[in-house]
This record gives sequence, structure tokens and C-alpha cells, in this order.
Amino acid sequence: MLDLGSFDKVALFGGVYNNWLALEATVADARRRGAQAVVFLGDAGGFGPHPNRSVEGLRSLPIHAIQGNYDDSVGQGLEDCQCGYTDPRDNHFAQISYDYTLANTSAEHREWLRGLPVRGELKVGGKRVRLCHGSPRRVNEFLWESTTPAGFIDHLCREEDVDLIACTHTGIHWERRLADGRGVVNVGAIGRPPNDGKRTVWYSLLEAGPNGIENRFVAVDYDWERLAREMTGEGLPPEFVETIRTGWWTTCLEILPGRERARGHH
Amino acid sequence: MDTLWLQVTGTLCNIACKHCFISCGPKVDRHKMLTREACVAAMDDAVARGCREIWFTGGEPFLHPEILDVLDAALARAPVGILTNGMLIDEDLATALGERFRDAPYNLEVRVSLDGATAEANDRIRGKGVFEATREGIRRLAAAGVELIVAISVLDDNAPEREEFVGLLRELGVPRPRVKWIPVFRMGREAGRQRAYEPWEVLAAEDLAAEDAAVRLMCGTGRTVTSEGVFPCPILINEPAYKLGSALGEAMGAAPVDHPACATCWQESFSCST
Ligand code: SF4
Ligand code: SF4
Ligand SMILES: [Fe+2]
Repeated sequence: MLDLGSFDKVALFGGVYNNWLALEATVADARRRGAQAVVFLGDAGGFGPHPNRSVEGLRSLPIHAIQGNYDDSVGQGLEDCQCGYTDPRDNHFAQISYDYTLANTSAEHREWLRGLPVRGELKVGGKRVRLCHGSPRRVNEFLWESTTPAGFIDHLCREEDVDLIACTHTGIHWERRLADGRGVVNVGAIGRPPNDGKRTVWYSLLEAGPNGIENRFVAVDYDWERLAREMTGEGLPPEFVETIRTGWWTTCLEILPGRERARGHH
Repeated sequence: MDTLWLQVTGTLCNIACKHCFISCGPKVDRHKMLTREACVAAMDDAVARGCREIWFTGGEPFLHPEILDVLDAALARAPVGILTNGMLIDEDLATALGERFRDAPYNLEVRVSLDGATAEANDRIRGKGVFEATREGIRRLAAAGVELIVAISVLDDNAPEREEFVGLLRELGVPRPRVKWIPVFRMGREAGRQRAYEPWEVLAAEDLAAEDAAVRLMCGTGRTVTSEGVFPCPILINEPAYKLGSALGEAMGAAPVDHPACATCWQESFSCST
């Protein structure tokens, strides 16, 4: 397991989904805010244009990385992204982004993705944080706000023997803390907006505070118009471009629990 | 364990569908209603074992006289899903569910069964007048803001079209239609309607060697509590040989998956949850 050591302030992000422009903007923002470490929780590919640019961004900067389901699939050249969709429309679109990403990721980058660790650990102000993609126990388990109850969080933190679990994979950021401060921070994704009708994307800053680890979600502006143009130029579906332009998810919606789905437009 | 299934009304249902694989009906009380206390005890036991979601099924859960109390107890602990035929959802109940959908600590999924997008197609399986009543239940849920799901059985003699259901749901005021397909299990009344399982329709050992078997099958991550004890899943509650114990504590060992229904689960990657 990747052990990153101890910090006072770290930035965590997930779900780049080939959005290399948001990646640049996020890392710059995190450095400006004084993050001592920048950690990527997985899923470099999917959805956006020019997969190599995102992997190059992740590899050239001092970013620590955890493997997501997408990275495992692309790394190994599997047939699909392992998101487990059952709806035919979701599968149709998921396969388009996956095939595009796989075909356009260099062999060398695929090898790097293949070799990423699936779990990690770091300390913030002496408190232990588990780093993972979906959940500490499964790379493609979804931890949504409305479906991750306090009792389950307590159970996971005990099993992992940590104070905080940091994950991504759902694409929507949220946080739930127990009375004693332990909890889950889902850092969300920087590759596309969290289905909220806005164009900004989000990452998480963890900082040592007087009462343990404090989390702050940070909104990032990036050149979404350029990304949308590049997506169109690469022949990616207009449905994907619409999400970047409008902030509403248009595909892969079946995984959303009812409450999260009801907040969206589609 | 991840998932607790509560057979809240046992095998009691207000209707008697021809494909019901546990043969529920108005007088079928092979599994009886669970008391509120029994439900809460099972919930507490399950949460202590790491349970992350609770599902209510039957029979028809809304026949339970204390269903909203049981629901509130569950929603205080975990996200909840309810499998219903939707026929008993009047204005008051829809309003109550809408409030909980929005304000409860955790997610509430209401999943309504519908086996045809027309009265003719649906009622041939579910009984005369059912389509009409279910349709009104869906309309009320949608008006109350519940982001409902419709569950559709894939019957051998009728492959339903997704678009038909999506169109119907939009007509009923559902802004973001969600549908789930349910395979047939050749047991209970369905065994007589089409055919029963053949003895050879069982899983081969090599299928189960796949490392994700445990998470892919409901019995790998959940347990079902009925008035008669604990079972691996809602499908096998009428198979005494598959009863695992009388309380969750006795029922946590690996469940055998050598019933023909297990092959259906495996082939379809099926889970009764959503
Ligand atoms: S299929 Fe559902 S609604 Fe129909 S009889 Fe069985 S339990 Fe009742
Ligand atoms: S039918 Fe068999 S495989 Fe399916 S959940 Fe039940 S025990 Fe498991
Ligand atoms: Fe993922």
C-alpha cells in the first residue's frame, strides 16, 4: 500500500475523465493554496478528449496516484470500463468513451496506469486517512451521500483502522462525519461538473485543524469552452459536450440513487 | 453484510400475479407479517454487522398497518428501498413518501412493478384492473416528487420495449423515467405458467470460481429476514432446505448456490435491489 507520510494540508481529486484542462487548473489551484501533497484518486480516462494529455499531466507533476476502475481497464486493455451499467443507453455511451480512451492512450501510459496502487494512506495532523477509489474494499463500489449511512461509515473506518476515508468514483463530492470526527470525504471528480447545472468542477483540501481533519471542497474554473471544442473536434458525442457546457449529466445516469438523480436535469 | 431484506408483509399480497415466484396472494400467509419490533431488531442486528441498505418486500409492503413507522425506523439507520405493486398508494401515502424521499437522513427508493405498458399486457399477468390502480399510484408518487423506478419482468412470451415504458412514465408525470428489468424465476406460480426449472439448470462449479461471485450475488452480501427465519435472498424463502437460521447471527456463513434459481441470478447478474 502506498504510504505518503504526514502533512498539514493536502489536495485530493479524482475522476479526470480526460479533462486535461481541468487537471492543470486544479493542480495550479491546489499549489496556490499551499497543498503540501496533491493526490489523484483514480480514473484518468473517459468522457473527454486526448487521453494522453491527462496522463502526461499526472505523470509530469509530482502527483501521487491511486488506481481507479477506468485505469485498471485501460491499463489491462479490458473490454469495458467496469462501471457495471445495465441500461442499454448508458452502456452505449460508456462504451464510446471507453473505446476512444483505450485507442488513444499510449502503451507506455497504459503501463503506468496498470502499475498504480489501489489503496494508499497518509496522515493529516496525525490522523490517518485511507486513500481509495470507490471504497476501501472495492474499487468500483459507489459511495453516494444518500446511500452511505453513518453505521456503515463507522464499520468501514473500524475495518480500515483509520479516521477518514477519502474516495471518488461517483463524480459527486460530499462528506459525512460521525460525532467523533471520523468519516468519509468523497472528493468528487474534476473531469465534469457534479450534475448541478454549473460548469465548475470540485476537489478537496484536507487540513489539520484544532478539532482534527478539516475538509473544504474547492470549486475550480477552467477553460470549459476549449474542452468542449476539442471534444467536438475529436468526434465525441454531443451529449458529452452538453454536460461540459451545461453542467447537467446526460448519460450514465442509472447509477445515481433516487435522491441524487432528482437533483439533476435528465 | 451489506443488505438487509425484510419480508415485511411475508407472502401476503393484495393481488396474485401469475408469475409470482413465491406465490403471494391475499390469503397466503406461509410467511406472516413481521411486527414492527421484529423489523427493528433485525435492522439493529444488521447495522451492527455493517449493513448499508435495507429493502422492504413481501408480498405487498403497503399492506402492513405500521409501514410508515417501520420505514422511519429504517430510514434513521440506512437508505431504504421498497418493492411495491403501487396499487395502495393513495394521496396521503404518496405525500408521506414524498416527504421522506426529500427529507429523510438517507435515500428512499420506491420501486413499482409493472409488467406491461398497457392494461392488456400488464393485466394478463397481474390481474384485471391492476394496471389502472398501479398507474394511478405512479401518477401520485410522481406528483409527490418521489423519483420512482419501474420494475418490469422480462417474460418469455413478451419482450417489453423500453421506450414504451419510458413514454408511459413521462405521460404519468415522471420527469426522469428509470426502469429495471427482472428475469423470470421458474418457481412458485411462474413454474406453472410457463415451465419449472429443469434439474440440470444449475450453476457449474467453474462459474463460481470467478472472484467477484460473492459481490455479484445477493446472497454474497445480504440476508432476508421473514417471520419464518433467515434466508439467503428474497427468491428462496419458500425453499426450507435453504433456510440459514432463525436469526442473523446464525445465518452469516456462506450460502449454497446450487438451486436452479441461482443460475438465473448468475447469468443475468441479477439483484433484486437496484
Ligand atoms: S409478484 Fe409482487 S405484486 Fe404480484 S403477487 Fe407476487 S408479491 Fe404480489
Ligand atoms: S437465488 Fe441463489 S444465487 Fe440468487 S441470491 Fe438467492 S441464493 Fe444467491
Ligand atoms: Fe471510477
